Amino acid sequence: MINVRDLEKSFGGKAVLRGVSMEIADGETYCLIGRSGSGKSVLLKHLVGLLTPDAGRVIVDGAPLDELTYTELRRVRRKFGVLFQGGALFDSMTAIENVEFPLQTFTDLNPREARRRALECLELVELPDMGRKSPAELSGGQQKRVALARAIAIEPAYILYDEPTSGLDPETSQTIDRLIDRLGRELGTTSVVISHDMHSVLRIADHIGFLHEGHLHWNGTIGDLHSATDPTLLSFVRANEYQIGRPHAAP
Amino acid sequence: METARPASLGSRLGAVVLPLVTRPAAMVEAVGAYALLLARAFNLPRDLSPKLYLRNTVQQMVQVGIDSIPIVALATAFSGGVVVVQAIYQLENPLLPSTLVGTFAQQSILLELGTLVTAFVLCGRVGARIAAELGTMRVKEQIDALEAMGINSLSYLVVPRVVAGVLMFPLLYVIASTVGMLSGMLVANASPDVTVGQFWDGAREFFKVYDVVFGLVKSLAFGFAITSVACYTGYNARGGAEGVGEATTRAAVFGCVTVLILNYICAALLL
Repeated sequence: MINVRDLEKSFGGKAVLRGVSMEIADGETYCLIGRSGSGKSVLLKHLVGLLTPDAGRVIVDGAPLDELTYTELRRVRRKFGVLFQGGALFDSMTAIENVEFPLQTFTDLNPREARRRALECLELVELPDMGRKSPAELSGGQQKRVALARAIAIEPAYILYDEPTSGLDPETSQTIDRLIDRLGRELGTTSVVISHDMHSVLRIADHIGFLHEGHLHWNGTIGDLHSATDPTLLSFVRANEYQIGRPHAAP
Repeated sequence: METARPASLGSRLGAVVLPLVTRPAAMVEAVGAYALLLARAFNLPRDLSPKLYLRNTVQQMVQVGIDSIPIVALATAFSGGVVVVQAIYQLENPLLPSTLVGTFAQQSILLELGTLVTAFVLCGRVGARIAAELGTMRVKEQIDALEAMGINSLSYLVVPRVVAGVLMFPLLYVIASTVGMLSGMLVANASPDVTVGQFWDGAREFFKVYDVVFGLVKSLAFGFAITSVACYTGYNARGGAEGVGEATTRAAVFGCVTVLILNYICAALLL
């Protein structure tokens, strides 16, 4: 379980998070939505200890990240897989080497077993033939999918997705959504997903948090969203729907 | 339509160096941050396999050392030739023995040129490459990705590069000195004033093993300085492509300045 309590963070005097509190239960898919610049990525980086809060704390499985030594923090981080917005694939490695990297570093698999597992992961993201390509030879969407394969390779307890479907075609977006859903249902993986894509959110979310002006403005389930009356939330959701030319279905 | 012109090299260098000169506190802060970065990097985590570092170190040794051999050989070949041309010009006196040309070349190359020319070449070739590589990793969130996996990114990225620099620079010094002497010999042979025999006689006459040891010690220090300074600037790069460019410039400038300071310290302490 991930617990966020009264998290505050400023950059150069500009407050990005102003006391965010939330709870992410084991096995659920929690989607964070909000306008660009609302602090979603900043919040995500706090969950894995990549940023240190100005105030408040993040507690992962009972361990407050701010009280851990660097070695202890690195152990906690191994429970996570992170899909960064741009993929963050290592340029010096091929696609399959990127996926193999955490397997070779953190598991006892021999090179052949690691290769087999890496291929399985690439098949899951529908890129079985792209293993030998370098990141520069892949399109943005393909890079993101290889990064997703890397994030799930060691079957972490938590996976953080920073806009997993942005820049992908609708068909591939659905594949990624199905994969996120499947990881949650079959392996009990807890997922935290940042997304602007409300279609995607409605497909995968168990819980939704709406970040607005540095606060968790609204928090609830899909059912709650359909009956929500908060004007700020509805404005965001409707604007999102409007962009793709479909009227909003709820409430 | 008028477009913004890119900053000139001079203004970029000024932007890097001026704040440090005009604000001594910034210099002290930078030195402290550099020392802290190295201390954290060399505090190797025990929970990661040595294989992880070994593979990376071997890869870096090839990139830092083996791949630098052609450019280092080229630079020292010309430098060795120039030293002999200047020695012949300056020693053009019937009262001075022709063997002094070999002595002059040997002393210049073993004590100074072999290390200094190699160091400047490596500041540009290796220092800039390391800073650009780590800077790009920083701005493209690849360093965050390493940290998020639970890997000590400082140890993983910095240690192999610095170790490779320390191990390979002495090898490059030996190659540079050998090539410098050989090219000096060829230039001497081409001149009517000195024979090959006289050149080597002069080189042997005042040869001291300590001179080579001095060169090797300097090359260890230079290898450490160039790679560690480049790691520091690259790891701390901020922003996008401009930040990477600035980190690369800093690596080359600070690398050269550090080499010059270390060169004086080594000479003052060891000669």
